[in-house]
Amino acid sequence: MTDRLISDSSEWSFSLLERFDTEIARIAQGVYALDTYANQIEVISSEQMIDAYSSVGLPINYHHWSFGKQFVAMEQTYRRGQMGLAYEIVINSDPCIAYLMEENSLPMQALVIAHACYGHNSFFKGNYLFRTWTNADAIIDYLVFARKYIAECEERYGEEEVELLLDSCHALMNHGVDRYKRPAPLTMAEEQKRQEEREAYLQSQINDLWRTLPISTEEACNNGQERWPDEPQENLLYFIEKNAPLLDHWQREVVRIVRKIGQYFYPQRQTQVMNEGWATFWHYTLLNHLYDEGLVCDGFMIEFLQSHTNVVMQPPFDAPHYHGINPYALGFSMMRDIRRICEEPTEEDHYWFPDIAGRNWLQVLDFAMRNFKDESFIAQYLSPRLMRELHLFAIRDDDREDTLEITAIHEEAGYRTLRQALADQYNLGNREPNVQVFNVDRRGDRSLTLRHFQHNRRPLGETTEEMLRHIRHLWGFTTRLESLDEQGRVQLVGEC
Amino acid sequence: MSHFIDRRLNGRNKSAVNRGRFIRRYKSQLKRLVADAVGRRSITDMDSGEKVGIPSKDVSEPVFHHSQGGTREMVHPGNKEFLPGDRIERPEGDGGSGSGQGSASESGQGEDDFVFELSREEFMDLLFDDLELPNLVRNQLIGTTELKPVRAGFTTDGAPSAIDVVRSLKGAIARRTALGAPHRARIRELEEEIDVLLTVGVDEDDARILDMREEIDRLETRLSALPFIDTFDLRYQAFAQRPEPTSKAVMLCIMDVSGSMDRIRKNLAKRFFILLYLFLKRNYKKIDVVFVRHHTIAQEVDEQEFFYSRETGGTVVSSALNLAYDLLRERYDSNVWNIYCAQASDGDNWDSDSTICREILNEKLMPLMRYYAYVEITPRQHQSLWLAYQEVKALHPNFAMQEIADAQDIYPVFRELFKRQEA
Repeated sequence: MTDRLISDSSEWSFSLLERFDTEIARIAQGVYALDTYANQIEVISSEQMIDAYSSVGLPINYHHWSFGKQFVAMEQTYRRGQMGLAYEIVINSDPCIAYLMEENSLPMQALVIAHACYGHNSFFKGNYLFRTWTNADAIIDYLVFARKYIAECEERYGEEEVELLLDSCHALMNHGVDRYKRPAPLTMAEEQKRQEEREAYLQSQINDLWRTLPISTEEACNNGQERWPDEPQENLLYFIEKNAPLLDHWQREVVRIVRKIGQYFYPQRQTQVMNEGWATFWHYTLLNHLYDEGLVCDGFMIEFLQSHTNVVMQPPFDAPHYHGINPYALGFSMMRDIRRICEEPTEEDHYWFPDIAGRNWLQVLDFAMRNFKDESFIAQYLSPRLMRELHLFAIRDDDREDTLEITAIHEEAGYRTLRQALADQYNLGNREPNVQVFNVDRRGDRSLTLRHFQHNRRPLGETTEEMLRHIRHLWGFTTRLESLDEQGRVQLVGEC
Repeated sequence: MSHFIDRRLNGRNKSAVNRGRFIRRYKSQLKRLVADAVGRRSITDMDSGEKVGIPSKDVSEPVFHHSQGGTREMVHPGNKEFLPGDRIERPEGDGGSGSGQGSASESGQGEDDFVFELSREEFMDLLFDDLELPNLVRNQLIGTTELKPVRAGFTTDGAPSAIDVVRSLKGAIARRTALGAPHRARIRELEEEIDVLLTVGVDEDDARILDMREEIDRLETRLSALPFIDTFDLRYQAFAQRPEPTSKAVMLCIMDVSGSMDRIRKNLAKRFFILLYLFLKRNYKKIDVVFVRHHTIAQEVDEQEFFYSRETGGTVVSSALNLAYDLLRERYDSNVWNIYCAQASDGDNWDSDSTICREILNEKLMPLMRYYAYVEITPRQHQSLWLAYQEVKALHPNFAMQEIADAQDIYPVFRELFKRQEA
């Protein structure tokens, strides 16, 4: 048995890493049928890790002060020892790039390989959101294009100018996705070719839009009742890119770049629980399998389990270091729970999950991974048993009442409410304010009206004014924001 | 199918550009913070970076987000005693456990500062920003001490330009002497033998003598074949890199502390003194700083008192110059110490005192000085002191004076000083 051991040292070397990778790949593909992109595993130092971290985890990105701020902050906390660095960064690309830090011990490196290179990697390749919204084989090329393009703009129009534009675009980065349409794929060559055509064409179109204006008369203004656009547009960046009257072609291109990069992150924001849960589940399963085969020793497992338990720890709500629900913990527990439901279903499971109880767990998990996002995943698979284990409870905060109300707890009557409440908590639509382009006064002062559709009467935060300034900067004319409450009353929030 | 790449040798400073941009963006705020820091710090303590904090509100990047209010339902783990329908008090403030999830930037309200550390270079850059230092000077001040090559004996290897001729020829002579010694000894021996044979009457053509002569010839050829100089003899000058320089300097700071020198002027003066200090620091290993303040009488004080205590009364500048002279005579021999002096004043002086100042400077102080820099921080007309000093300046090229209205006027005072160093 012992002669199968890969290594009992905690020092890593490239040959040992390769050995681990080979074994893990064999198990992941052979035994558990994980489908992954090829891996590119890069070993870097901790300083490089801080670098990578601070450009939002992308291996290459354009320059912007906000990444510098990020870097400064990371460096500071890391140096003070307030925070360890993440063990890994993994990039949704084909080949899938994963970073290992040189400071890590061998068991940690093995954990990261299993977690990132087989866990996250297979999720990137399989999940429908990633398949829809990102193009793994083109992202690196696109980033190269973006970096070069923005550097050129800086040379031509001045760093200051580009920076202000990027600031405004970044503010709207989360509003750059059209949720109901599939985006066109990007490739660098195409992108570059099309970019030039677009420049000329778009500019002429914009001008056209405004050229058709008749000389504004009282009459025209007053009976301009019909709105434009016909339907509210949720993709603010796209709307600005295509319609802002005063933007130069290069500015449109920069808006587009930010939009595209925002779009690349869109699936990640919606699959945190699933993605981390999936990766954690697989590193746990794969490394345990290694142990069962006698490839790693007890010491290895102790070290691995120590950091694993740290990662999946969920402190209760009244603990001093409680920061909400830990997505690793929730995701990992749910994945394990699904496997349990398949393998050892109880009476309760048969009642709640008739279609998966007792089925092949690999297939069930694979299906879940491919076809859900956090919100729907929780709504579909959170089991009563797990709610009991986690002692979940829902609490309602209504500002019209003096006290908070407990609406549901982990008991028969509360399961459904609780599950729905938790699912809603991960619904991006509830988490982020719903702000849409409502009207453009094409016949008048070209002002842009945005509308905030209130949800549960929740008001906008204090950044609103600054946001309006950013949007105005992009739009170039008066910009106002209205808020529509659930009774259908419209109220002007701000104008800039 | 996995591909391993070792990237550790790649550049580490990928974020340097972004960091630079971040600092540029908040330059005005940072400059204020640096100015504050300079106020807190001692002149001699300029060698480290500084921890600075910018209100996080200012560095946050806005996004649309919800604020408190309305209705929201949150799910939390770890229920112990709650039952459905229970009502509990709303937690105080931001809600310790309340705002659990949500984007991290939401906590950006509050008065928390975004705190980070400026490196020494960045700190200096910001400090010198409005002093209009030429880049070269700036680099000199910011840069670490340069290494100067100093002689460190001789080596057998080196560049042709570093050949030490005398040393090499000495070596050659020694080698020739040593290698030729056995031959010459043998020749002497043979000649003596020939002499002996000749004296006993052996014929000149005797075979023995001929043999010996032949051997002498052979030996002589071998002697002449010894090379005059051989690569083996070459000696090169060796240089070691040693941080320069090693001598000592004393910096006298003289400042008028009469009532008219307010906080702002003192701060300007402090920048002025710092600049001289940094210049000296680059050039000398050991620097003493002596603070002399004066109104009608002069006093040697420590830095704290120098900058922060306030006196009122008239102004007699000569008192300070006299004290400075006494101090120098007592403690700092101008043969051992490089003496620099920086004086800051608002230009007020007793009229009759200014000529005395001129005399003291001309006769006593200037001969000892490497450099004397005077700044007058005044919005008004120049008075007698300025005129007296102008006469001093005419006589001594190492005397510099300047009127200062704001920080960017400081550097020209030292221009001469820095220029000489650049040469």
